[in-house]
Amino acid sequence: MSGAEKIAVRVTEKAALNDLVTRFRFEPVAGGLLPTFSGGAHTVVEMRDGEITRLNPYSLMSDPFDQTAYTISVRRDDAGRGGSLFMHNQVNVGDEMVISNPVNLFSLDLRARKHLMIAGGIGITPFLAQIKQLDRAHGNWELHYACRSEALGSYVDYLTATHPNDVNVYYDDQDQAIDLENLLDGQPLGTHIYVCGPKGMIDWVRGKAAELGWPREAVHYEEFLAPKPGKPFEVKLAVSNKVIQVGEQESLLEAIERAGVDAPYLCRGGACGMCETRVIDYAGNFIHRDHWLEDEEHSSGEKIMPCVSRFEGKTLVLDR
Amino acid sequence: MTIQFNDETFREDYSFHNSERAIKRFPFPFDNDSYMYAVNMEQHRGGPPDSVYEKRFDVDEHYVSEMRDRAMVLADDPLRCQSLPHMTLAGWDLLELIMVSKSEDYPDLFELHRDGDQWHWINKPLGIDDRFTFMDETTLPYGPMEYITRQAQGDFCVLDQRDDNLWMDAGTVTTQADWSLDFDIGMNFFEWHAPVPLAHEKGIFVRALKFLLNIQQGAPARRLNWTLTVNPLLDTSPENYHKWGVQKTTLTPENIGSKQHLRVELQTFFRLPRSNALVFPIRCYLCSFQDLMTAPKWGRRLHRVIRDLPDELATYKGFIDNRPMMLDYLSKFDDGLPTSNGIWPELDTEPPLQK
Repeated sequence: MSGAEKIAVRVTEKAALNDLVTRFRFEPVAGGLLPTFSGGAHTVVEMRDGEITRLNPYSLMSDPFDQTAYTISVRRDDAGRGGSLFMHNQVNVGDEMVISNPVNLFSLDLRARKHLMIAGGIGITPFLAQIKQLDRAHGNWELHYACRSEALGSYVDYLTATHPNDVNVYYDDQDQAIDLENLLDGQPLGTHIYVCGPKGMIDWVRGKAAELGWPREAVHYEEFLAPKPGKPFEVKLAVSNKVIQVGEQESLLEAIERAGVDAPYLCRGGACGMCETRVIDYAGNFIHRDHWLEDEEHSSGEKIMPCVSRFEGKTLVLDR
Repeated sequence: MTIQFNDETFREDYSFHNSERAIKRFPFPFDNDSYMYAVNMEQHRGGPPDSVYEKRFDVDEHYVSEMRDRAMVLADDPLRCQSLPHMTLAGWDLLELIMVSKSEDYPDLFELHRDGDQWHWINKPLGIDDRFTFMDETTLPYGPMEYITRQAQGDFCVLDQRDDNLWMDAGTVTTQADWSLDFDIGMNFFEWHAPVPLAHEKGIFVRALKFLLNIQQGAPARRLNWTLTVNPLLDTSPENYHKWGVQKTTLTPENIGSKQHLRVELQTFFRLPRSNALVFPIRCYLCSFQDLMTAPKWGRRLHRVIRDLPDELATYKGFIDNRPMMLDYLSKFDDGLPTSNGIWPELDTEPPLQK
């Protein structure tokens, strides 16, 4: 069985925060307590949508020490493959769902003297859990949070009310922007940077930090990619001796699983490296979308991350 | 089942001994007649009843005496227990993991009562009854990692996970096979494994690290490792090499059966939830050659493994000089019959020695 351990949960709250974001609360079906976790961890939520099973990762945003429930926030993506729409439209209070044990690919570096957090949009969610963890340990942190508008500023009211001195909010529609160069320039030695948000923001922060001479180890980032839809394609699985079709709305990994082949995975967002698969033969073009493989590996045609990457062409044979 | 704890020593007069039950459950590390490195990992989720695999943290007849030996080592050399400042949270994780596991797995020996962060811990074999506040270091006599590892058999390495690597940033190490926590503290996975021969070339460590980085909460793993030790010494550390190294020269054909021990490490790996660190308990089991020879399968196989081991490994494991004498002894227990696969002694089905 691939993936992390599973937990059966019941939805006990569904709260719309604004036009795009809805919060869900999960409690264990069996009663008792959920595992503790570390700030920055995510859970993989299984969605049974008729014939289709989707497994999407969402950051845990509740207090890591609160074992009675987990909460996640889901941003609706109308152009996506339907996972977020399923959560928004089909999931209701009282429903039973299956989620994975927490997995952390974005943990705090506990050596840091100060944690400088930079969030964009829904990227705020892992920081909500990290802030709770740090507050308990009297950790030193500061948050810079960019949102599109006041109406879409999820958790802004909560954050500014509870931490007025540590939270800085920027609204795009009011032409407010993080003054990154000055922000990074003024930090005490031993500060670590954490950034979670759209790809452009992550690249911007990492690039600026590198330019200013920040050590690579002091810059942490997490971007979960949702698998994108694309043209259907055919794949031969050499080990299991099967030929499968990958549909427009499903990922390569999902198609492999649908064929009854147990493939390893963890994050399903192109970040953890667990599903790395060897390419035996191909004629066509890869559409690599992961953060795991190096550029040379992407261009080598020898490896693919089936959770988020796709293929266009005639032949693709995988070692699976 | 209630455990009868031995009153024994691992130094000076070496009164350490294994009962018949302890011999039968000894984790013999060879699953076939030859040995080479492998990332021989499996899930750590129980095992056959009364085997060392059954519980998350095995407690056996040596528990009380091993903890006494650990206290002596720590009194002589406090650097055997170290925790870098950022590892305190992982120490609480480890304390919680061991207390919860032991109280659930051995309810007749250990009790944990929790009321919020007010915890009450009872360790009957060691006569400990403490109340403390979870996550408040001032309420325990030691830091959380030291406190609990003074009550748990085996060494404990607490590894921080960052930058796609593991870092030896905390641990209690008093029963080690010739490596030093004080030397390795702060090193990463490749640095502390640098002295191991052959395995780097085989890519073992790259694969092992990838596996370990992905160990998840609630899904611990385990493997066995082994070496050979003259006299039942728990503390075979580099710091004390001048005391135990010379004992390797005291082997004779007459005493080798009782003095030469197979030393097996049950290595387990648990993700720690609050810190996202990894704990790596290394539990040491010792068994004399003569006790091992009571299982015909183990006698046949141990001879073949020691005989065929590459010289580099026999050198690294520190027994190349004594190998000829060992083979003289072990060959008497190898009649050339085939052995069954797997590590278990199969006392009921393996044929008795035919010579």
